[in-house]
Amino acid sequence: MKRLLILGAGTAGTMVAANLRPRLDNDEWKITMIDQEPTHYYQPGFLFIPFGIYTPSDVVKPKADFVPAGVEYIEAEIDLIEPAENRVVLADGTRVEYDYLVIATGTSIRPDETPGLEGPEYGKTIHDFYTLEGAKALAEALRFWEGGKLVLNIIEMPIKCPVAPLEFIFLADAYFQDKGLRDKVELTYVTPLDGAFTKPIAAKHLGNLLEDKNINLEPDFYLERVDADEKKLVSYDEREIDYDLLITIPLNMGSDVVARSGLGNEMNYVPVDNKNFLSKKYDNVFAIGDAADLPTSKAGSVAHFAVEVFTENFVRHIEGLPMLEEFDGHANCFIESGHGKGLLIDFNYDTEPLPGKYPLPGIGPFTLLRETEMNHWGKMMFKWTYWNMLLRGKPLPLPHEMLMAGKIDEGV
Amino acid sequence: MPVTTIGGQEVNVDDEGFLTEYDEWNEELAAELASNIGIDELNEDHWKVITFLRSDFQEQGETATLRRVAAVGGIPTKTLFQIFPKKPARKMSYVSGLPKPAGCI
Repeated sequence: MKRLLILGAGTAGTMVAANLRPRLDNDEWKITMIDQEPTHYYQPGFLFIPFGIYTPSDVVKPKADFVPAGVEYIEAEIDLIEPAENRVVLADGTRVEYDYLVIATGTSIRPDETPGLEGPEYGKTIHDFYTLEGAKALAEALRFWEGGKLVLNIIEMPIKCPVAPLEFIFLADAYFQDKGLRDKVELTYVTPLDGAFTKPIAAKHLGNLLEDKNINLEPDFYLERVDADEKKLVSYDEREIDYDLLITIPLNMGSDVVARSGLGNEMNYVPVDNKNFLSKKYDNVFAIGDAADLPTSKAGSVAHFAVEVFTENFVRHIEGLPMLEEFDGHANCFIESGHGKGLLIDFNYDTEPLPGKYPLPGIGPFTLLRETEMNHWGKMMFKWTYWNMLLRGKPLPLPHEMLMAGKIDEGV
Repeated sequence: MPVTTIGGQEVNVDDEGFLTEYDEWNEELAAELASNIGIDELNEDHWKVITFLRSDFQEQGETATLRRVAAVGGIPTKTLFQIFPKKPARKMSYVSGLPKPAGCI
């Protein structure tokens, strides 16, 4: 009996188990999934919690509910991966042997990596919305806030769901308008990149969105430290930004297990072939989802398309056949822009987000790079799709390969 | 994509002047690109950054972040701000003939 071991039962790991179980013979293959957390979070929903659009019950279900039939699930902390020995050591010392390993341990925020960020003000005047606890604390803070300077800052790329900070600032604009407080709130978007929109075509179509919504932009801001007592951000080139309420996107890093096991890069992401997710070091180790060092967005949508490619390749790889499918870095994301509207972007490693239409049989088409109500509803419907289709390994009518159909190639 | 002439060499650039073809870059061009953005002479630290960025890009398929240049390339962020003042991420990419650091949109 051979064993496929999956580390992490989040979006990517669960989809790998759900897609591979029907493809591997039950008598020949055991599939085991290990995760230390009992709860599965619908992470795209964290964004809505600070504004009271979602409550925690919208984004939380037990991980055990999504373990496919015929897959063994171990809830335990992982201490170490020993790839040379083909085994994983759990925190209680148990050794779990494998024939093939899939690392899907994700990425998480590390406020402790930035001087001054983590301290007594965290959860009071400094907030994040990348954890359920963070999003809940922020919801409380916003409910009672009477106005002032709200600053959103991104510490460093890459981050999980790179459009979420923009969505947050758009939703904040709408939220304070609805509360009749907008004239008392100054909104500032602070980024280490040279703009809120850095791709030429997106910048051309959406470049005025911040100005239209009266949101200040502070580009090229590379944070050195936070002065939590004085409530200001200080950059390496000694610029200072005052805030009353700081919403931070802390540094994102992969799992410490990856680092401890000598399998990660400087950010604890696993170096893999970006076409097929095979480790650059070991022929029986893959990393998929946010845990991999792919040059594309860290997002569930990327994981979804990646898992489809991975599934086809894996059944060939174990037979000693070449992996024919090549991942193109495809991602598509709805971007909430406030007041019941949203945008949609679709892109891959080589093609930046383009305008036009995104065909979807039976429902679509959706409009790309433009605010529409339908895009908002697409985003809201996605929660159901995630829980009921995606995590169950049920096919969606979305090709994993990015298609040019409907797109207008403006060829900047 | 526009084609332009820098230091007597024809190169492909994007609308912001960043080289778009990895192989069109060479050391003479780097000096020209640097002088375009007010860096009159490339010193040892500049070259250390450029060399790291070029080889890292080939491996990774994207331009290294300042944090990666510090952690893997061994050039402290403070130094980067001294030798590529104000906008090091943008300037070091420009001189190295690589795309600027970008988001997905």
